[in-house]
Amino acid sequence: MRILLSAQGDNKESLVDQRFGRAAYYVIYDDQTNEYSSVENQGKLENSGAGVKASQFVLEQGVDCVITGSLGPKSFMIIQDAGLKGYKNFEGTVEEIIEAFKNNKLVELTNAGAEQKLRGRR
Amino acid sequence: MKIAVLSGKGGTGKTTVSTNLAYMMNINYVDLDVEEPNGHIFLKPQIESVKDVVIPTPKIDSEKCTLCGTCVNTCQFNALVNTGKKILVFEDLCHGCGACTLACPVGAITEYDRKIGDMSIGTFDKAKFYSGKMLLNEPMAGPIITDIKKSLPKDEDFIVDCSPGTSCNVVKALDGADYALMVTEPSKFGLHDLKLAVELVRELNIPLGIVINRANEYDHLIEGFAKEENVDIIGKIPFSKEAAKMYSEGRLLIENDEIREMFEMIKISVLDVVKEGNHAISNS
Amino acid sequence: MQLVILSGKGGTGKTTIVSCFAYLADPSSIKVDCDVDASNLHLMFNGKDIEEQAFTGSKKAIIDPNKCINCGLCSDVCRFDAIDKRESYYEVNELRCEGCNACRVVCPADAITLEEEDSGKKILTVLEDDSYLSRASLYPGADGSGKLISEIRKVSLELNKEKNKLIIIDGSPGIGCPVMSSITGVEYGLLVTEPTQSGFEDFIRAYELTKHFRVKSFVAINKYDLNYEMSEKIEEYCNEEGIKVIGKIPYDSVVNKSNFESKPLVMYNESIAGNEIKKMWDLLKIEMGV
Repeated sequence: MRILLSAQGDNKESLVDQRFGRAAYYVIYDDQTNEYSSVENQGKLENSGAGVKASQFVLEQGVDCVITGSLGPKSFMIIQDAGLKGYKNFEGTVEEIIEAFKNNKLVELTNAGAEQKLRGRR
Repeated sequence: MKIAVLSGKGGTGKTTVSTNLAYMMNINYVDLDVEEPNGHIFLKPQIESVKDVVIPTPKIDSEKCTLCGTCVNTCQFNALVNTGKKILVFEDLCHGCGACTLACPVGAITEYDRKIGDMSIGTFDKAKFYSGKMLLNEPMAGPIITDIKKSLPKDEDFIVDCSPGTSCNVVKALDGADYALMVTEPSKFGLHDLKLAVELVRELNIPLGIVINRANEYDHLIEGFAKEENVDIIGKIPFSKEAAKMYSEGRLLIENDEIREMFEMIKISVLDVVKEGNHAISNS
Repeated sequence: MQLVILSGKGGTGKTTIVSCFAYLADPSSIKVDCDVDASNLHLMFNGKDIEEQAFTGSKKAIIDPNKCINCGLCSDVCRFDAIDKRESYYEVNELRCEGCNACRVVCPADAITLEEEDSGKKILTVLEDDSYLSRASLYPGADGSGKLISEIRKVSLELNKEKNKLIIIDGSPGIGCPVMSSITGVEYGLLVTEPTQSGFEDFIRAYELTKHFRVKSFVAINKYDLNYEMSEKIEEYCNEEGIKVIGKIPYDSVVNKSNFESKPLVMYNESIAGNEIKKMWDLLKIEMGV
């Protein structure tokens, strides 16, 4: 399984990013090989529809699930439509979040609107 | 003759000047401040019809679509996404340009009209009234402005109430104007924004003049700039609590004789320049 | 914590209020001027620009006259009337071009490219009290302010990595894309309105937007004593909607002086409006728990 995380840097020690569409990097973890790779988010610089562009980019990475802070309504719809699962991260490094994911400690992102509310109150 | 009324800064009295001038000169008025159209409050027009403003938006025929993704790569506004199962269209990002329809290699895209705002047409006194209004949560004012401008009767005179600022919506509204009336107020904010607006109008080669609204003892701030830039100040509307009150009640200021006289002078100055042709440009 | 000050309509005194808040707030607070079309906040303070970065906005089509075969297909498909015929080639009218790509799709001669345009500058300013102001200056006629706003807000968020500072945002006017960018993810909002018919109508539109984005909003009625009847109408509306009117600012001629001298109104002890703004700021701080 390939797992993608929104992150502020490009390796497993990087802090994760709460933002999805405007995150700087996506770090991808492969649980078969136990390896990390990373790609620079192609959507963050878009004039309009950054979240949409980022979502399209993420789909092209061929991953099975996405771990991020929150998904906007558009990104949520895209991720769901493509059959990917989304999980909510917490503040920490990529490695820490992956560890939590392996131990089934992450909550699935189910509703874009409610997530936005959460973000608003942080 | 198209007289565009604009202001770098919001709330300087652009609509006040537009509506009073239109009423006094008895010429048609068009409100292109489509995010916050307020002209109706002062002109109290009789609205005769309300038309939808629409933009063509793509619809994907999933039978024909091969999920090749050409449309997604073509769209500059990220309005389309290929999820691998179907193409999703995000309408609120679509500019209605038709590029995806043109690019689709299998003819799977058709377009339908999507409402993004409306246009009211009516009359006030003896002239025509046009006003555009953008729907809430629609991010694009441009198509509404363009659409309304296209529906205006050719060869008739208009006062065009633009949106504040110097954004591309203002450029769209200004396009084709014979005169630009810049409304400002005597403050550093007013001056700062006036400078930007003058720069824009100069770039477009449109003759211009300045009206100082809420004129007070600090007018010299604007006067100094006007002199430097060789722009005429063609009117001053003095500050008074009475004028502010009339405005807040949605009344026209020309009910007041003194202010009416001021507007008469503005009118004469504008007509002078427009009739003489572009003499203001050679001044710049 | 982020606070955005909004007004549907321009000229309601939004910047007057923001400049007072900026003056009263702790120097650790970060200010963001999202009113990029008329960026004014810096005029109220003596500041020093410490960083400037060019900002590229929208794309524009460019036709290479040497490659153009004069077929006119681009002009036919352009829905923005942005392509003009010249003698032996076609030319893009930059002011009308939306950068949509339709012309490039149909051009049989590969003569069209889309290129990014410089549309302004992002600026980071340090004010007299050593606090930061993130702002921008757009070139006249330039667009793309939605993205620009996300970028200058990003600067403020990067200065607040520990998330312990207050960010005060001067919101964009109107209800379009820039406003949406200036309120996304913000916790608190202050809606500034005035007791006029247009002020009221625009206030409702702006309020709807804050509701949509789940921003907890408060209301300030500026120059409330110019039209008591209308002020009451606004208050009634707020009561029905359950929004708190946190300040009623009287008309005050000292505002002209403060505008002219470009000093925050609260610096004038004799200003009755300034005093009300001070009170309002104290109330807001309690509401926000800062």
